[in-house]
Amino acid sequence: MKTFLDDLHKAFESRVRLGIMSALAVNETLDFTALKEYLDVTDGNLASHLKALEKENFIDVKKSFVDRKPNTKYIMTKQGKKAFEEHITALEKLIRSQK
Amino acid sequence: MKSEEKYIKDITEIRSMMERSTKFLSLSGLSGIMAGIYALVGAYVAYRLFYVDNGSLLYNIIDRQEMTREVENLIILALVILVLAIGTAIILSLKKSKKDGEKIWNSAARRVVINMAIPLVAGGIFILILLSKGLFGFLAPATLLFYGLALVNASKFTFEEIKSLGIVQIILGLLASYFIEYGLLFWALGFGLMHIVYGIVMHLKYEK
Repeated sequence: MKTFLDDLHKAFESRVRLGIMSALAVNETLDFTALKEYLDVTDGNLASHLKALEKENFIDVKKSFVDRKPNTKYIMTKQGKKAFEEHITALEKLIRSQK
Repeated sequence: MKSEEKYIKDITEIRSMMERSTKFLSLSGLSGIMAGIYALVGAYVAYRLFYVDNGSLLYNIIDRQEMTREVENLIILALVILVLAIGTAIILSLKKSKKDGEKIWNSAARRVVINMAIPLVAGGIFILILLSKGLFGFLAPATLLFYGLALVNASKFTFEEIKSLGIVQIILGLLASYFIEYGLLFWALGFGLMHIVYGIVMHLKYEK
């Protein structure tokens, strides 16, 4: 039991962060606007969660300009992918063990 | 246990986010039904205008001069059906996306459009070339084939049923090119009947 809980990563406790990781797991890159649409959160809220994931090295940020407007794209890192997969496996095991 | 509910909810949300961010799910079954009806009406008009007039055979290499007018009318008819079908699909998708609280022009929608556009544009150009060479009979098989390929190609980014619809269209397209005298019939089956059948299935499955 304890071991499953160890694999549940603290960073994914927040619903918004879990959402960001889920979306990035199946999309090569997503920009800020797209993430905002999917998650239905405010700019500030999303930005702070993205910062937190960036700090964990779970996502990478690529800044560029599209039509002279700043465009920020997010990519899941290998480390992030691994952590996310472990998190899902842990969730599954926890659910199964409680059945 | 309270935590168990939370874990299940987490998994459900992961799944829903993965689906919503990769699949265009605002497609309405009703637009399929409407497209099918337009196609059947169009096929009937084409049958009356072109098949009855000159016996039946549109598929031989026909003198260009003689056929230009009829072909122009046929192209106009095809374009009218196309615009009506796409217009209806856009309007109904807009309504559905509003109801579901989704943005219609999201990255999944863009992927569907791009993946459909590549086979369709190639097919469109190919068909114009066929017409310019007087190979009118291949109009129906070629539209079925390229449309089927477009559906299979785009199906990864929308409802999975679209893939089997695409395969059905490809099969009908191949049959239509072999039994070329029944081209219009196969076309009516593919664009008319199959759209209506799939439209009803999708409507019952996802919009009830």
